[in-house]
Amino acid sequence: MAEKPRIRLPKQAGRGEIVEIKTLMAHVMESGQRKDAGGKLVPRKIINRFSCAFNGKPVFECELEPAIAANPYLQFSVKVDESGVFTFNWTDDDGTVITAEERITVA
Amino acid sequence: MRSISRRDALLLVPGLTALALSATAGPLLATPSEAAAEIGRFSGGKTAEPGKIALDLPEIAENGNSVTLSFDIDHPMAAERHVSDVLVIADANPSPRVAAFRFTPMSGRAAAATRIRLAGTQMVTVMAKTSDGKLFSAQRQVKVTVGGCGG
Repeated sequence: MAEKPRIRLPKQAGRGEIVEIKTLMAHVMESGQRKDAGGKLVPRKIINRFSCAFNGKPVFECELEPAIAANPYLQFSVKVDESGVFTFNWTDDDGTVITAEERITVA
Repeated sequence: MRSISRRDALLLVPGLTALALSATAGPLLATPSEAAAEIGRFSGGKTAEPGKIALDLPEIAENGNSVTLSFDIDHPMAAERHVSDVLVIADANPSPRVAAFRFTPMSGRAAAATRIRLAGTQMVTVMAKTSDGKLFSAQRQVKVTVGGCGG
């Protein structure tokens, strides 16, 4: 069961530029409201937290609820003053954390 | 007094089952007062200033399972004053909380986009707090043609 995140952000940016980052995670985001074929409630299982850090410093994070649609899409901005690495973390209800990294070169 | 015959008891079962099922059909939805309580917790009872938040939501959502929401807040993101928290509330979903965002000065802009589930036509509120104690709010009524909460 490998959820793979898709991340879109520029490979390069100018110093002080605000870059837009788009992320997409494959996840059913089971709300806990749905009933299966037998009429039983399917238990909740969602990504409940997303965070982004740049060169180790936290930049953006969010708490997600069952009202976030399946395959959670998150778009946000980061102001970059130096080259470095973005780390992205998605936390599942079951405690699993999925991590991804992307580099950016800042002129 | 005659006790109920087994034949008569069996005839009662479909009726009782129907009664039981009707009581549990569909998700229990939140009330506007639950949404208001959630907003009150975030705002600390403070009144929000209008404006500042550009909130983008469709007027009519064809599919309540995936409704794009985006916001952009017109406010500096400096160390001394920046938008720190944003809360999204849907007042007639099974639970009013949709998402809570934390921004930092490194965000550059207090702006984000995501896709949400709306169980039916309702009011979506976006409320923002700044590091120096200001409060902003915007809301939009979204008409939902096909609800998106498994129902």
